[in-house]
Amino acid sequence: MSDKKQVVDSAMRTVSTDGIPAESLTAADTAGQRSKRSGKEIANLLIRTITPVVLAIIAGGLILLAMGKDPLFFYGNIINYGIMGRGWQQSLVMMTPLLLLAAGLIVVFRGKLWNLGYDAQYLLAAVLVIGFAPSLNAVLPWWLTLIVLTLLGVAVGAAWTIVPAILKARFETNEIITTLMMSFIGVGIANLLVRGPFQDPDVVVPQTESIPLDSMLPYIPGTRIHVGLIVAVVVVLILHWVLTRTSFGLRLDIFGANPKTAMHVGINTSRMIVTLFIISGGLIGLAAAMDMLGLWGYVRSNWNPEYGAAVIPFVFLARLNVLGSIPFVAFYAIVANGGQIAAQDSDLSTDFILVLVALILIFMSIIEYIGTRRDLGQSYLPPGLKTSVAQIFGRKKSS
Amino acid sequence: MTDIFSEPFVIAFILGCITGAIPLLIASLGETIGEQSGVLNLGIEGMMLIGGYVAFVTTLSTGSFALGLIAGTLAGVATSVIMMVLNTWLGLNQIVIGLAITLAGGGITGVLYNVYFTNTPRLGQEDTLAIPFLSELPYVGKSLFTQSPMFYLSFVLAGLVAWMLLRTTVGLRFRAAGQNPNSLDAAGGNVVVTRSAAVLLGGAFSGLGGAYLAIIAAGTFTPFMTHGLGYIAIVVTMLARGRIVWVILVSFLYGVTVALGTVLQLTSFSLPTDVIKMFPFIVVMIVLIAFARGSYVPPALGEPYTRGAR
Repeated sequence: MSDKKQVVDSAMRTVSTDGIPAESLTAADTAGQRSKRSGKEIANLLIRTITPVVLAIIAGGLILLAMGKDPLFFYGNIINYGIMGRGWQQSLVMMTPLLLLAAGLIVVFRGKLWNLGYDAQYLLAAVLVIGFAPSLNAVLPWWLTLIVLTLLGVAVGAAWTIVPAILKARFETNEIITTLMMSFIGVGIANLLVRGPFQDPDVVVPQTESIPLDSMLPYIPGTRIHVGLIVAVVVVLILHWVLTRTSFGLRLDIFGANPKTAMHVGINTSRMIVTLFIISGGLIGLAAAMDMLGLWGYVRSNWNPEYGAAVIPFVFLARLNVLGSIPFVAFYAIVANGGQIAAQDSDLSTDFILVLVALILIFMSIIEYIGTRRDLGQSYLPPGLKTSVAQIFGRKKSS
Repeated sequence: MTDIFSEPFVIAFILGCITGAIPLLIASLGETIGEQSGVLNLGIEGMMLIGGYVAFVTTLSTGSFALGLIAGTLAGVATSVIMMVLNTWLGLNQIVIGLAITLAGGGITGVLYNVYFTNTPRLGQEDTLAIPFLSELPYVGKSLFTQSPMFYLSFVLAGLVAWMLLRTTVGLRFRAAGQNPNSLDAAGGNVVVTRSAAVLLGGAFSGLGGAYLAIIAAGTFTPFMTHGLGYIAIVVTMLARGRIVWVILVSFLYGVTVALGTVLQLTSFSLPTDVIKMFPFIVVMIVLIAFARGSYVPPALGEPYTRGAR
């Protein structure tokens, strides 16, 4: 046993400081020993987490200025529509699928696997859930229908990850590429289903039949937030416990740190890969089911909310910590929810939110890099760079 | 279905093939250089969109297709500078930065397009270069040998890249940086400089590919017009394993799948557009499953190089 622990320790240590997943691992590692963390470290963590967002907002504002828009008007409107009035309830509703998607991504990212097929996993699950709702509603009581449909969503999301997972486990085919290809195919199939078997013949625009309001997920009493939010929070809490407090979580972290070490300590890496992909796809399918049964109730053709791409930076900002992703997802839900109308008011395309997300990703990587250098007490430039740059400009190495 | 081999159909098929294949071929050339030197460029989609947008605006305002292609190439290089500094110099996570560039490229071109263009202006047809004698051949004459000059140039570029990778010291350095950066360093090469050059070249090719897609293949720019082409370029590169002949072959296989869809639409055989859009991806996926062992990436791909690290 002590041998195994030693191997694991060395695996943890050999994780290079190349990027975010490694960083997150140490964060997840220390999360288990929260009492040891000093106030200074917490402040450090907060600064590193919030600075990228602030920098992205400033840079986004500069871009707006360059295009002749008023950034204060735009950002003010985001808060206006995202929080004020009924805004906070809508933002909370929007958090439901985003939280589950974030959880789904965190599980695979912790294993250093990339599931980028989230769009198809979400849309296929959504379309099938909505498509089978009318016929199930006719034979089953409403509560049983909801449960069956939710399970169907989970199964569909998970099923769509199986081919990339097996290819990765058997042949080490790059899962980034296979999940992306499966994503394009899945989105196409979802559209085919909306325009084909599930199309509502009474509506001109191709879309599915809408579920009647009384057979959708009920609201939390006193609000207009559906109970899917509670499901999402409970799932997130359970997943956090599994990842930080169980042997599966530890095995996952070892696998993520170094698959070879994982194999040596007796972890079945092929099974691990397939399991992680299935959990990830299942959570994304659950996100779709909750979103459809709680909020939308129908799918239009060519509709794609693109939740996944938006959530990725926040998943990293949370250091792949499921619990930590909650405030970030809340932040993004406000931005996206308020940003929709704010962009229209500023006569902007809603694609601008994508630019903000990309800026956060870039600043986050830079801040993370600087932070790691500072912790290690190293120069802020990588060792080879100074000499390389000196060589480009034809100068001799000075130090 | 008897008229499918008539001259107009064959010409439409070959033209569709070329329209689909050439942007992919150009982008894949850049990606091949990048991947051979150990840099995974997931931002290729964003670079293509930025290159396409800049080329479109340039051609629209100057009326010159050549200037548009040059501007698109330069825009690709400018975008890849971000990638060079963050990935190669600072060694940040290549997947995260690549995704960020794809998001930003799509977002910023979408925003700019919506701000400046209310309707979709179309560019005219570029002057084609008809090769003497050959262009008078039946079937292939009006399709294969009456094309934009850029069409012929892209094959010259492919030849140059193949020669550079296989026959020159620079190419050897690129491949060494992807196979084993430590040995390149030990042999006196400079990994950072080599990879920087590869990233900039990759950006130039991505920008040029996007420019070709926008101003020559489509004749206009629409937001998110690449529709996954950048990712397909990565697949092409993985399957070609650095051999340029294979890059050309696989690109044209993709072109055939695109053209089949378009030609089938012309016949009485009706096929939903969703199926036609999905078709290339299904073919790529089948190829990936069938040749799962054949797809190969250099060992140091995606790994930032730190001197002296084990």
